[in-house]
Amino acid sequence: MKYTGNVIKYGNNVDTDVIIPARYLNTSDHAELASHCMEDLDKTFVSRVQKGDMIVAGQNFGCGSSREHAPIAIKASGVSLVIAKSFARIFYRNAINIGLAIVECPAAAEEISEGDKVEADLDNGIIRNLTTGKEYKTAPFPEFVQKIIESGGLMQAIAHLSR
Amino acid sequence: MAMTMTQKILAAHSGKESVSTGELILADLDLVLGNDITSPVAIKEFAKLGKDSVFDKNKITMVMDHFAPNKDIKAAEQCKMCRDFCAEKDITHFYDVGEMGIEHALLPEKGLVTAGNVVIGADSHTCTYGALGAFSTGVGSTDMACGMATGKAWFKVPSAIKFKLTGSLRRYVSGKDVILHIIGKIGVDGALYRSMEFTGEGLSSLSMADRLCIANMAIEAGAKNGIFEVDDITLDYIREHGGAEPVIYSADPDAEYDEVINIDLSQIEPTVAFPHLPENTRTFDNIGEVKIDQVVIGSCTNGRLEDLIAAAEIMKGHKAAKNVRVIIIPATQQIYLDAMEMGLLRTFIECGAVVSTPTCGPCLGGYMGILAAGERAVTTTNRNFVGRMGHPDSEVYLASPATAAASALTGRITSPWEVIGK
Ligand code: SF4
Repeated sequence: MKYTGNVIKYGNNVDTDVIIPARYLNTSDHAELASHCMEDLDKTFVSRVQKGDMIVAGQNFGCGSSREHAPIAIKASGVSLVIAKSFARIFYRNAINIGLAIVECPAAAEEISEGDKVEADLDNGIIRNLTTGKEYKTAPFPEFVQKIIESGGLMQAIAHLSR
Repeated sequence: MAMTMTQKILAAHSGKESVSTGELILADLDLVLGNDITSPVAIKEFAKLGKDSVFDKNKITMVMDHFAPNKDIKAAEQCKMCRDFCAEKDITHFYDVGEMGIEHALLPEKGLVTAGNVVIGADSHTCTYGALGAFSTGVGSTDMACGMATGKAWFKVPSAIKFKLTGSLRRYVSGKDVILHIIGKIGVDGALYRSMEFTGEGLSSLSMADRLCIANMAIEAGAKNGIFEVDDITLDYIREHGGAEPVIYSADPDAEYDEVINIDLSQIEPTVAFPHLPENTRTFDNIGEVKIDQVVIGSCTNGRLEDLIAAAEIMKGHKAAKNVRVIIIPATQQIYLDAMEMGLLRTFIECGAVVSTPTCGPCLGGYMGILAAGERAVTTTNRNFVGRMGHPDSEVYLASPATAAASALTGRITSPWEVIGK
Protein backbone atom coordinates (compact mmCIF):
# COMPACT_ATOMS: atom_id res chain seq x y z
CA MET A 1 0.00 0.00 0.00
CA LYS A 2 1.69 3.18 -1.25
CA TYR A 3 0.26 6.67 -1.14
CA THR A 4 1.47 10.10 -2.27
CA GLY A 5 -0.31 13.35 -1.60
CA ASN A 6 -0.31 16.86 -0.21
CA VAL A 7 -1.02 17.45 3.44
CA ILE A 8 -3.92 19.17 5.14
CA LYS A 9 -3.07 19.54 8.80
CA TYR A 10 -5.23 19.64 11.94
CA GLY A 11 -4.64 19.58 15.71
CA ASN A 12 -5.59 17.27 18.59
CA ASN A 13 -8.97 15.68 19.35
CA VAL A 14 -10.57 16.20 15.94
CA ASP A 15 -13.96 14.70 16.80
CA THR A 16 -16.54 12.96 14.64
CA ASP A 17 -18.99 15.83 15.17
CA VAL A 18 -16.73 18.19 13.24
CA ILE A 19 -15.71 15.54 10.70
CA ILE A 20 -19.38 15.11 9.83
CA PRO A 21 -21.91 17.08 11.91
CA ALA A 22 -24.95 15.13 13.11
CA ARG A 23 -27.31 17.40 11.21
CA TYR A 24 -26.16 15.62 8.04
CA LEU A 25 -26.58 12.11 9.42
CA ASN A 26 -30.04 11.78 7.95
CA THR A 27 -28.31 10.35 4.89
CA SER A 28 -25.71 7.69 4.25
CA ASP A 29 -24.98 8.85 0.71
CA HIS A 30 -21.19 9.00 0.37
CA ALA A 31 -20.96 12.02 -1.93
CA GLU A 32 -23.41 14.01 0.16
CA LEU A 33 -21.50 13.20 3.34
CA ALA A 34 -18.24 14.23 1.66
CA SER A 35 -19.76 17.58 0.70
CA HIS A 36 -20.00 18.47 4.43
CA CYS A 37 -16.75 16.89 5.57
CA MET A 38 -14.91 18.93 8.24
CA GLU A 39 -17.46 21.70 7.87
CA ASP A 40 -17.53 22.80 11.52
CA LEU A 41 -13.76 22.77 11.87
CA ASP A 42 -12.58 24.02 8.49
CA LYS A 43 -15.02 25.47 6.00
CA THR A 44 -12.36 25.50 3.28
CA PHE A 45 -11.67 21.76 3.42
CA VAL A 46 -14.30 20.69 0.92
CA SER A 47 -13.24 23.24 -1.70
CA ARG A 48 -9.51 22.69 -1.40
CA VAL A 49 -9.16 18.94 -0.85
CA GLN A 50 -7.70 17.17 -3.91
CA LYS A 51 -7.86 13.49 -4.69
CA GLY A 52 -4.97 11.75 -2.95
CA ASP A 53 -4.44 14.43 -0.29
CA MET A 54 -3.53 13.31 3.21
CA ILE A 55 -4.81 14.50 6.55
CA VAL A 56 -2.17 14.82 9.25
CA ALA A 57 -3.42 15.41 12.79
CA GLY A 58 -2.56 15.22 16.47
CA GLN A 59 -3.79 12.98 19.25
CA ASN A 60 -7.11 11.14 19.50
CA PHE A 61 -8.24 11.74 15.92
CA GLY A 62 -11.85 10.70 15.38
CA CYS A 63 -12.93 10.79 19.01
CA GLY A 64 -16.62 10.86 19.81
CA SER A 65 -19.41 9.02 18.14
CA SER A 66 -19.28 5.67 16.39
CA ARG A 67 -20.69 7.07 13.16
CA GLU A 68 -19.07 5.26 10.27
CA HIS A 69 -20.17 8.29 8.28
CA ALA A 70 -16.98 10.00 9.54
CA PRO A 71 -14.36 7.78 7.85
CA ILE A 72 -16.74 7.43 4.90
CA ALA A 73 -16.93 11.22 4.49
CA ILE A 74 -13.14 11.50 4.64
CA LYS A 75 -12.61 8.67 2.17
CA ALA A 76 -15.28 9.97 -0.19
CA SER A 77 -13.60 13.39 -0.11
CA GLY A 78 -10.66 11.81 -1.88
CA VAL A 79 -8.32 11.64 1.11
CA SER A 80 -5.89 8.76 0.61
CA LEU A 81 -4.42 8.46 4.10
CA VAL A 82 -4.78 9.89 7.60
CA ILE A 83 -1.63 10.14 9.68
CA ALA A 84 -2.14 11.00 13.37
CA LYS A 85 -0.35 10.83 16.69
CA SER A 86 -3.14 8.56 17.87
CA PHE A 87 -6.68 7.59 16.87
CA ALA A 88 -9.82 7.10 18.93
CA ARG A 89 -10.50 3.38 18.93
CA ILE A 90 -13.92 3.21 17.27
CA PHE A 91 -12.73 5.48 14.46
CA TYR A 92 -9.64 3.30 14.02
CA ARG A 93 -11.77 0.21 13.75
CA ASN A 94 -14.26 1.81 11.39
CA ALA A 95 -11.55 3.14 9.11
CA ILE A 96 -10.05 -0.33 8.74
CA ASN A 97 -13.47 -1.91 8.28
CA ILE A 98 -14.41 0.46 5.44
CA GLY A 99 -10.95 0.61 3.89
CA LEU A 100 -9.73 4.11 4.73
CA ALA A 101 -5.96 3.91 5.19
CA ILE A 102 -4.78 5.32 8.50
CA VAL A 103 -1.50 5.19 10.34
CA GLU A 104 -0.29 6.20 13.77
CA CYS A 105 3.06 7.97 13.74
CA PRO A 106 3.61 10.62 16.43
CA ALA A 107 6.89 11.97 15.01
CA ALA A 108 5.54 12.38 11.48
CA ALA A 109 2.32 13.89 12.79
CA GLU A 110 4.32 16.40 14.81
CA GLU A 111 6.78 17.48 12.13
CA ILE A 112 4.89 17.34 8.84
CA SER A 113 3.40 20.73 7.94
CA GLU A 114 0.35 21.90 6.04
CA GLY A 115 1.03 21.76 2.29
CA ASP A 116 3.98 19.34 2.48
CA LYS A 117 4.11 16.56 -0.07
CA VAL A 118 4.31 13.16 1.58
CA GLU A 119 4.84 9.60 0.39
CA ALA A 120 3.80 6.69 2.59
CA ASP A 121 4.74 3.06 2.08
CA LEU A 122 2.67 1.25 4.67
CA ASP A 123 3.87 -2.26 3.75
CA ASN A 124 7.37 -1.31 4.74
CA GLY A 125 6.30 1.13 7.43
CA ILE A 126 7.97 4.20 5.92
CA ILE A 127 6.62 7.74 5.69
CA ARG A 128 8.71 10.17 3.65
CA ASN A 129 8.20 13.94 3.68
CA LEU A 130 9.17 14.80 0.10
CA THR A 131 9.18 18.52 0.92
CA THR A 132 11.70 18.32 3.76
CA GLY A 133 13.35 15.01 2.86
CA LYS A 134 12.72 13.62 6.34
CA GLU A 135 11.81 9.97 6.84
CA TYR A 136 9.78 8.28 9.58
CA LYS A 137 9.26 4.67 10.57
CA THR A 138 5.88 3.27 11.57
CA ALA A 139 4.80 -0.07 12.96
CA PRO A 140 3.10 -2.29 10.37
CA PHE A 141 -0.53 -3.25 11.02
CA PRO A 142 -1.06 -6.38 13.12
CA GLU A 143 -1.39 -9.45 10.90
CA PHE A 144 -5.06 -9.84 11.78
CA VAL A 145 -5.80 -6.34 10.57
CA GLN A 146 -3.70 -6.84 7.44
CA LYS A 147 -5.88 -9.84 6.65
CA ILE A 148 -8.99 -7.70 6.89
CA ILE A 149 -7.50 -5.13 4.54
CA GLU A 150 -6.18 -7.79 2.12
CA SER A 151 -9.59 -9.44 2.02
CA GLY A 152 -11.07 -6.13 0.95
CA GLY A 153 -12.72 -5.23 4.23
CA LEU A 154 -14.29 -6.83 7.24
CA MET A 155 -17.30 -8.23 5.42
CA GLN A 156 -15.10 -10.33 3.20
CA ALA A 157 -12.63 -11.24 5.93
CA ILE A 158 -15.18 -12.42 8.45
CA ALA A 159 -16.38 -15.13 6.13
CA HIS A 160 -12.94 -16.77 6.30
CA LEU A 161 -12.31 -16.33 9.99
CA SER A 162 -12.26 -19.32 12.23
CA ARG A 163 -11.15 -19.65 15.77
CA MET B 1 -2.56 -16.04 33.76
CA ALA B 2 -4.27 -13.43 35.95
CA MET B 3 -7.01 -11.49 34.18
CA THR B 4 -9.06 -8.33 34.63
CA MET B 5 -12.84 -8.48 34.65
CA THR B 6 -13.06 -7.56 30.98
CA GLN B 7 -10.41 -10.12 30.02
CA LYS B 8 -12.32 -12.88 31.82
CA ILE B 9 -15.51 -12.11 29.96
CA LEU B 10 -13.67 -11.98 26.63
CA ALA B 11 -11.89 -15.27 27.32
CA ALA B 12 -15.16 -16.99 28.18
CA HIS B 13 -16.76 -15.69 24.98
CA SER B 14 -13.93 -16.77 22.71
CA GLY B 15 -13.65 -20.31 24.03
CA LYS B 16 -10.30 -19.72 25.67
CA GLU B 17 -8.91 -20.53 29.11
CA SER B 18 -7.31 -17.15 29.24
CA VAL B 19 -6.49 -14.13 27.11
CA SER B 20 -3.83 -11.50 27.50
CA THR B 21 -3.51 -7.83 26.67
CA GLY B 22 -3.04 -7.14 22.97
CA GLU B 23 -4.26 -10.54 21.82
CA LEU B 24 -6.74 -10.50 18.93
CA ILE B 25 -9.78 -12.67 19.50
CA LEU B 26 -13.06 -13.49 17.89
CA ALA B 27 -15.83 -13.32 20.49
CA ASP B 28 -19.41 -14.59 20.55
CA LEU B 29 -21.95 -11.83 20.95
CA ASP B 30 -24.95 -11.87 23.26
CA LEU B 31 -26.51 -8.75 21.75
CA VAL B 32 -26.01 -6.52 18.71
CA LEU B 33 -27.50 -3.01 18.82
CA GLY B 34 -28.12 -0.32 16.25
CA ASN B 35 -30.09 2.92 16.06
CA ASP B 36 -31.84 4.84 13.30
CA ILE B 37 -28.61 6.52 12.18
CA THR B 38 -26.16 3.66 12.24
CA SER B 39 -28.45 0.76 11.30
CA PRO B 40 -29.22 1.92 7.74
CA VAL B 41 -25.50 1.83 6.93
CA ALA B 42 -25.28 -1.62 8.55
CA ILE B 43 -28.31 -2.88 6.65
CA LYS B 44 -26.67 -1.90 3.35
CA GLU B 45 -23.50 -3.74 4.39
CA PHE B 46 -25.52 -6.75 5.51
CA ALA B 47 -27.16 -6.89 2.09
CA LYS B 48 -23.72 -7.31 0.48
CA LEU B 49 -23.30 -10.63 2.28
CA GLY B 50 -26.31 -12.10 0.50
CA LYS B 51 -27.51 -13.84 3.66
CA ASP B 52 -31.22 -14.40 4.12
CA SER B 53 -31.30 -14.35 7.87
CA VAL B 54 -29.53 -12.88 10.86
CA PHE B 55 -27.58 -15.10 13.26
CA ASP B 56 -30.24 -14.94 15.97
CA LYS B 57 -33.35 -12.79 15.73
CA ASN B 58 -33.56 -12.54 19.52
CA LYS B 59 -30.04 -11.16 19.88
CA ILE B 60 -30.36 -8.12 17.67
CA THR B 61 -32.01 -4.91 18.70
CA MET B 62 -32.73 -1.71 16.82
CA VAL B 63 -33.95 1.42 18.54
CA MET B 64 -35.37 4.40 16.67
CA ASP B 65 -34.21 7.17 18.97
CA HIS B 66 -31.90 9.71 17.35
CA PHE B 67 -34.12 11.50 14.86
CA ALA B 68 -37.41 9.88 15.92
CA PRO B 69 -40.25 10.75 15.98
CA ASN B 70 -38.90 11.58 12.53
CA LYS B 71 -37.61 15.09 12.21
CA ASP B 72 -37.65 15.24 8.42
CA ILE B 73 -38.17 13.19 5.29
CA LYS B 74 -34.68 11.77 5.21
CA ALA B 75 -34.95 10.68 8.85
CA ALA B 76 -38.29 9.07 8.04
CA GLU B 77 -36.68 7.13 5.18
CA GLN B 78 -33.93 5.91 7.49
CA CYS B 79 -36.40 4.68 10.12
CA LYS B 80 -38.46 3.02 7.42
CA MET B 81 -35.43 1.14 6.20
CA CYS B 82 -34.83 -0.18 9.74
CA ARG B 83 -38.50 -1.01 10.22
CA ASP B 84 -38.68 -2.94 6.95
CA PHE B 85 -35.47 -4.84 7.68
CA CYS B 86 -36.62 -5.83 11.16
CA ALA B 87 -40.00 -6.96 9.83
CA GLU B 88 -38.39 -8.98 7.07
CA LYS B 89 -35.87 -10.63 9.39
CA ASP B 90 -38.44 -11.00 12.16
CA ILE B 91 -36.26 -9.18 14.68
CA THR B 92 -37.80 -9.55 18.14
CA HIS B 93 -36.44 -6.41 19.78
CA PHE B 94 -37.30 -3.61 17.39
CA TYR B 95 -38.33 -0.45 19.21
CA ASP B 96 -40.23 2.16 17.28
CA VAL B 97 -42.04 5.34 18.32
CA GLY B 98 -44.42 4.53 21.14
CA GLU B 99 -42.18 1.85 22.59
CA MET B 100 -38.78 3.28 22.04
CA GLY B 101 -36.62 5.22 24.43
CA ILE B 102 -33.04 6.34 24.21
CA GLU B 103 -31.27 3.07 23.51
CA HIS B 104 -28.87 3.00 26.45
CA ALA B 105 -31.63 3.74 28.92
CA LEU B 106 -34.02 1.35 27.20
CA LEU B 107 -31.95 -1.83 26.97
CA PRO B 108 -31.18 -2.18 30.69
CA GLU B 109 -34.78 -1.27 31.51
CA LYS B 110 -36.07 -3.99 29.18
CA GLY B 111 -33.72 -6.54 30.72
CA LEU B 112 -31.89 -7.09 27.43
CA VAL B 113 -28.44 -7.04 29.00
CA THR B 114 -27.21 -9.07 31.94
CA ALA B 115 -23.96 -9.45 33.85
CA GLY B 116 -21.31 -11.36 31.94
CA ASN B 117 -22.70 -10.55 28.47
CA VAL B 118 -20.67 -9.39 25.48
CA VAL B 119 -22.55 -6.62 23.68
CA ILE B 120 -21.64 -4.52 20.66
CA GLY B 121 -23.62 -1.55 19.50
CA ALA B 122 -23.25 0.76 16.56
CA ASP B 123 -23.31 3.67 18.96
CA SER B 124 -20.35 4.88 20.95
CA HIS B 125 -22.23 4.99 24.26
CA THR B 126 -22.87 1.25 24.14
CA CYS B 127 -20.26 1.16 26.90
CA THR B 128 -23.15 2.08 29.25
CA TYR B 129 -23.99 -1.58 29.97
CA GLY B 130 -20.67 -2.05 31.73
CA ALA B 131 -22.66 -0.82 34.73
CA LEU B 132 -24.36 -4.22 34.70
CA GLY B 133 -21.08 -6.13 34.72
CA ALA B 134 -21.18 -6.80 30.97
CA PHE B 135 -18.44 -6.22 28.40
CA SER B 136 -20.07 -3.73 26.13
CA THR B 137 -18.53 -1.50 23.53
CA GLY B 138 -19.32 0.83 20.66
CA VAL B 139 -18.46 -0.15 17.11
CA GLY B 140 -19.30 1.07 13.62
CA SER B 141 -21.98 -0.03 11.22
CA THR B 142 -19.81 -2.56 9.39
CA ASP B 143 -19.08 -4.31 12.66
CA MET B 144 -22.78 -4.25 13.40
CA ALA B 145 -23.53 -5.83 10.03
CA CYS B 146 -20.99 -8.59 10.66
CA GLY B 147 -22.34 -9.06 14.15
CA MET B 148 -25.87 -9.46 12.79
CA ALA B 149 -24.68 -11.99 10.22
CA THR B 150 -22.28 -14.06 12.27
CA GLY B 151 -22.90 -13.33 15.95
CA LYS B 152 -19.22 -12.59 16.32
CA ALA B 153 -16.88 -9.62 16.51
CA TRP B 154 -13.11 -9.27 16.62
CA PHE B 155 -11.48 -7.52 19.54
CA LYS B 156 -8.02 -6.64 20.64
CA VAL B 157 -7.92 -7.58 24.33
CA PRO B 158 -7.51 -4.35 26.29
CA SER B 159 -5.46 -3.60 29.36
CA ALA B 160 -7.23 -1.75 32.14
CA ILE B 161 -7.15 1.12 34.56
CA LYS B 162 -8.63 0.29 37.92
CA PHE B 163 -10.66 2.91 39.74
CA LYS B 164 -10.91 2.14 43.43
CA LEU B 165 -13.82 4.00 44.91
CA THR B 166 -14.15 4.79 48.60
CA GLY B 167 -16.53 6.97 50.64
CA SER B 168 -19.95 8.10 49.51
CA LEU B 169 -21.27 11.05 47.54
CA ARG B 170 -22.48 14.23 49.18
CA ARG B 171 -25.98 15.54 48.67
CA TYR B 172 -26.74 16.63 45.08
CA VAL B 173 -23.49 15.17 43.84
CA SER B 174 -24.07 12.31 41.41
CA GLY B 175 -22.44 9.81 39.10
CA LYS B 176 -22.17 12.58 36.50
CA ASP B 177 -19.92 14.62 38.75
CA VAL B 178 -17.80 11.53 39.39
CA ILE B 179 -17.23 10.76 35.73
CA LEU B 180 -16.64 14.42 34.82
CA HIS B 181 -14.11 14.57 37.65
CA ILE B 182 -12.38 11.47 36.32
CA ILE B 183 -12.28 12.71 32.71
CA GLY B 184 -10.95 16.05 33.92
CA LYS B 185 -8.20 14.14 35.67
CA ILE B 186 -7.15 11.67 32.97
CA GLY B 187 -8.21 13.54 29.81
CA VAL B 188 -10.31 12.65 26.77
CA ASP B 189 -7.74 10.07 25.70
CA GLY B 190 -6.69 9.09 29.22
CA ALA B 191 -8.08 5.59 28.84
CA LEU B 192 -7.59 5.21 25.07
CA TYR B 193 -8.02 1.55 23.96
CA ARG B 194 -8.28 0.47 27.61
CA SER B 195 -10.94 -0.72 30.04
CA MET B 196 -11.99 1.37 32.99
CA GLU B 197 -12.77 -1.02 35.82
CA PHE B 198 -14.70 0.34 38.80
CA THR B 199 -14.45 -1.38 42.13
CA GLY B 200 -14.07 -0.71 45.84
CA GLU B 201 -16.24 -0.24 48.89
CA GLY B 202 -17.56 3.08 47.50
CA LEU B 203 -19.61 1.10 44.98
CA SER B 204 -22.20 0.28 47.60
CA SER B 205 -23.25 3.94 47.72
CA LEU B 206 -23.72 4.26 43.96
CA SER B 207 -27.18 3.61 42.51
CA MET B 208 -27.60 1.88 39.17
CA ALA B 209 -28.45 5.29 37.67
CA ASP B 210 -25.09 6.61 38.88
CA ARG B 211 -23.25 3.58 37.55
CA LEU B 212 -24.97 3.65 34.17
CA CYS B 213 -24.06 7.33 33.87
CA ILE B 214 -20.42 6.69 34.78
CA ALA B 215 -20.03 3.73 32.42
CA ASN B 216 -21.84 5.72 29.70
CA MET B 217 -19.09 8.33 29.62
CA ALA B 218 -16.14 5.91 29.65
CA ILE B 219 -15.93 6.57 25.89
CA GLU B 220 -15.40 10.24 26.68
CA ALA B 221 -12.06 9.21 28.18
CA GLY B 222 -11.33 7.18 25.04
CA ALA B 223 -11.97 3.86 26.79
CA LYS B 224 -12.98 0.67 25.01
CA ASN B 225 -15.35 -0.11 27.85
CA GLY B 226 -16.18 0.80 31.40
CA ILE B 227 -17.16 -2.00 33.74
CA PHE B 228 -18.43 -2.27 37.30
CA GLU B 229 -17.88 -5.11 39.70
CA VAL B 230 -21.17 -6.94 40.18
CA ASP B 231 -22.78 -6.61 43.62
CA ASP B 232 -26.25 -6.94 45.14
CA ILE B 233 -27.33 -3.60 43.68
CA THR B 234 -26.54 -4.93 40.19
CA LEU B 235 -28.22 -8.26 40.79
CA ASP B 236 -31.36 -6.65 42.23
CA TYR B 237 -31.58 -4.36 39.22
CA ILE B 238 -31.20 -7.21 36.72
CA ARG B 239 -33.80 -9.28 38.56
CA GLU B 240 -36.27 -6.40 38.78
CA HIS B 241 -36.00 -5.78 35.07
CA GLY B 242 -36.36 -9.39 34.07
CA GLY B 243 -32.83 -9.79 32.72
CA ALA B 244 -31.37 -13.19 31.89
CA GLU B 245 -29.46 -15.14 34.52
CA PRO B 246 -26.35 -13.11 35.41
CA VAL B 247 -22.89 -14.64 35.15
CA ILE B 248 -20.49 -12.95 37.52
CA TYR B 249 -16.89 -12.51 36.45
CA SER B 250 -14.51 -11.01 38.97
CA ALA B 251 -11.00 -9.80 38.31
CA ASP B 252 -8.24 -12.05 39.62
CA PRO B 253 -6.69 -10.61 42.79
CA ASP B 254 -3.31 -10.50 41.05
CA ALA B 255 -4.60 -9.10 37.73
CA GLU B 256 -2.32 -6.48 36.25
CA TYR B 257 -3.51 -2.92 35.75
CA ASP B 258 -1.81 -0.11 33.83
CA GLU B 259 -2.73 2.16 36.65
CA VAL B 260 -4.78 2.18 39.85
CA ILE B 261 -6.58 5.44 40.59
CA ASN B 262 -8.17 6.01 43.99
CA ILE B 263 -11.29 8.13 44.10
CA ASP B 264 -12.78 9.29 47.38
CA LEU B 265 -16.41 9.90 46.51
CA SER B 266 -16.93 12.13 49.52
CA GLN B 267 -14.49 14.65 48.03
CA ILE B 268 -16.27 15.03 44.69
CA GLU B 269 -17.97 18.37 44.13
CA PRO B 270 -20.52 19.47 41.55
CA THR B 271 -18.43 19.55 38.37
CA VAL B 272 -18.99 21.19 34.99
CA ALA B 273 -17.18 20.52 31.70
CA PHE B 274 -16.60 23.73 29.76
CA PRO B 275 -16.53 23.89 25.96
CA HIS B 276 -15.34 22.20 23.83
CA LEU B 277 -14.09 19.01 25.45
CA PRO B 278 -15.42 16.88 28.31
CA GLU B 279 -11.98 17.13 29.95
CA ASN B 280 -12.27 20.90 30.48
CA THR B 281 -13.78 20.40 33.90
CA ARG B 282 -14.16 23.00 36.63
CA THR B 283 -15.67 23.06 40.08
CA PHE B 284 -17.59 26.04 41.36
CA ASP B 285 -14.61 27.76 42.99
CA ASN B 286 -13.51 28.41 39.42
CA ILE B 287 -16.64 29.02 37.39
CA GLY B 288 -17.72 32.61 37.95
CA GLU B 289 -20.67 34.17 36.15
CA VAL B 290 -21.58 32.23 33.00
CA LYS B 291 -24.96 33.27 31.61
CA ILE B 292 -26.98 30.62 29.77
CA ASP B 293 -29.77 30.48 27.21
CA GLN B 294 -30.89 26.86 27.46
CA VAL B 295 -30.96 23.92 29.84
CA VAL B 296 -31.39 20.33 28.67
CA ILE B 297 -32.04 17.51 31.11
CA GLY B 298 -32.15 14.14 29.40
CA SER B 299 -30.04 11.82 27.19
CA CYS B 300 -28.61 8.34 27.65
CA THR B 301 -26.35 9.81 30.31
CA ASN B 302 -28.91 11.50 32.54
CA GLY B 303 -32.48 10.95 31.40
CA ARG B 304 -33.31 8.34 34.04
CA LEU B 305 -35.95 8.62 36.72
CA GLU B 306 -33.38 9.35 39.45
CA ASP B 307 -32.09 12.24 37.32
CA LEU B 308 -35.56 13.69 36.89
CA ILE B 309 -36.23 13.32 40.62
CA ALA B 310 -33.05 15.23 41.46
CA ALA B 311 -33.95 18.01 39.03
CA ALA B 312 -37.55 18.20 40.26
CA GLU B 313 -36.47 18.50 43.89
CA ILE B 314 -34.54 21.62 42.99
CA MET B 315 -37.11 23.09 40.62
CA LYS B 316 -40.22 22.42 42.70
CA GLY B 317 -42.10 25.60 43.51
CA HIS B 318 -39.69 27.80 41.53
CA LYS B 319 -39.78 29.47 38.16
CA ALA B 320 -37.05 29.12 35.58
CA ALA B 321 -35.11 32.32 34.96
CA LYS B 322 -36.50 34.59 32.28
CA ASN B 323 -34.97 33.99 28.86
CA VAL B 324 -33.81 30.48 29.72
CA ARG B 325 -35.40 27.68 27.72
CA VAL B 326 -35.64 24.50 29.76
CA ILE B 327 -36.10 21.20 27.93
CA ILE B 328 -36.69 17.99 29.85
CA ILE B 329 -36.58 14.65 28.06
CA PRO B 330 -37.38 11.46 29.98
CA ALA B 331 -35.21 8.79 28.36
CA THR B 332 -37.88 6.10 27.97
CA GLN B 333 -41.65 5.74 27.90
CA GLN B 334 -41.53 3.99 31.28
CA ILE B 335 -39.55 6.84 32.81
CA TYR B 336 -42.02 9.31 31.25
CA LEU B 337 -44.90 7.42 32.82
CA ASP B 338 -43.22 7.12 36.21
CA ALA B 339 -42.36 10.82 36.17
CA MET B 340 -45.95 11.60 35.34
CA GLU B 341 -47.30 9.48 38.16
CA MET B 342 -44.87 10.98 40.63
CA GLY B 343 -45.99 14.48 39.66
CA LEU B 344 -42.57 15.43 38.32
CA LEU B 345 -43.95 16.54 34.95
CA ARG B 346 -46.23 19.02 36.72
CA THR B 347 -43.26 20.39 38.65
CA PHE B 348 -41.29 20.86 35.43
CA ILE B 349 -44.13 22.45 33.52
CA GLU B 350 -45.03 24.78 36.37
CA CYS B 351 -41.40 25.77 36.52
CA GLY B 352 -41.60 26.81 32.88
CA ALA B 353 -39.95 23.82 31.26
CA VAL B 354 -41.12 21.85 28.23
CA VAL B 355 -41.27 18.09 28.58
CA SER B 356 -40.69 15.98 25.50
CA THR B 357 -41.34 12.44 24.40
CA PRO B 358 -38.17 10.31 24.60
CA THR B 359 -35.63 11.15 21.87
CA CYS B 360 -31.93 11.93 21.52
CA GLY B 361 -33.05 15.18 19.87
CA PRO B 362 -30.86 18.07 21.01
CA CYS B 363 -28.08 15.91 22.50
CA LEU B 364 -26.44 15.53 19.11
CA GLY B 365 -27.82 18.71 17.60
CA GLY B 366 -30.50 16.76 15.81
CA TYR B 367 -33.65 18.72 16.57
CA MET B 368 -35.77 19.95 19.52
CA GLY B 369 -33.46 22.52 21.05
CA ILE B 370 -30.81 23.54 18.53
CA LEU B 371 -28.62 26.45 19.61
CA ALA B 372 -28.05 29.65 17.62
CA ALA B 373 -24.64 31.26 17.21
CA GLY B 374 -23.34 32.64 20.48
CA GLU B 375 -25.83 30.76 22.66
CA ARG B 376 -24.90 28.70 25.68
CA ALA B 377 -26.53 25.60 27.10
CA VAL B 378 -26.04 23.72 30.34
CA THR B 379 -26.91 20.13 29.61
CA THR B 380 -26.83 16.72 31.22
CA THR B 381 -25.63 15.13 27.98
CA ASN B 382 -22.15 13.78 27.40
CA ARG B 383 -20.42 15.76 24.65
CA ASN B 384 -19.62 19.43 24.31
CA PHE B 385 -17.72 19.35 21.04
CA VAL B 386 -17.86 22.29 18.64
CA GLY B 387 -21.32 22.40 17.07
CA ARG B 388 -22.59 19.41 19.04
CA MET B 389 -25.90 21.07 19.91
CA GLY B 390 -26.26 23.40 16.98
CA HIS B 391 -24.33 26.32 15.55
CA PRO B 392 -20.53 25.87 15.58
CA ASP B 393 -20.31 29.14 17.55
CA SER B 394 -22.63 27.93 20.30
CA GLU B 395 -21.35 26.52 23.59
CA VAL B 396 -22.28 23.41 25.55
CA TYR B 397 -21.52 22.97 29.26
CA LEU B 398 -21.88 19.45 30.65
CA ALA B 399 -23.26 19.02 34.15
CA SER B 400 -25.36 16.85 36.44
CA PRO B 401 -29.16 17.06 36.52
CA ALA B 402 -28.97 18.90 39.86
CA THR B 403 -26.57 21.50 38.49
CA ALA B 404 -28.61 21.88 35.31
CA ALA B 405 -31.79 22.39 37.36
CA ALA B 406 -30.12 24.94 39.64
CA SER B 407 -28.82 26.77 36.55
CA ALA B 408 -32.32 26.82 35.06
CA LEU B 409 -33.53 28.79 38.07
CA THR B 410 -30.78 31.40 38.07
CA GLY B 411 -29.99 31.74 34.36
CA ARG B 412 -26.28 31.20 34.96
CA ILE B 413 -24.23 28.10 35.67
CA THR B 414 -25.08 27.42 39.28
CA SER B 415 -24.17 24.81 41.88
CA PRO B 416 -27.09 22.93 43.41
CA TRP B 417 -25.43 23.65 46.74
CA GLU B 418 -25.99 27.38 46.16
CA VAL B 419 -29.70 26.93 45.53
CA ILE B 420 -30.58 24.19 47.96
CA GLY B 421 -27.62 23.86 50.34
CA LYS B 422 -25.17 21.01 50.89
S1 SF4 C 1 -28.66 10.63 23.95
FE1 SF4 C 1 -27.01 11.58 22.82
S2 SF4 C 1 -25.19 10.43 23.32
FE2 SF4 C 1 -26.97 9.22 23.97
S3 SF4 C 1 -27.36 7.83 22.27
FE3 SF4 C 1 -28.62 9.67 21.96
S4 SF4 C 1 -27.35 11.05 20.70
FE4 SF4 C 1 -26.02 9.48 21.51
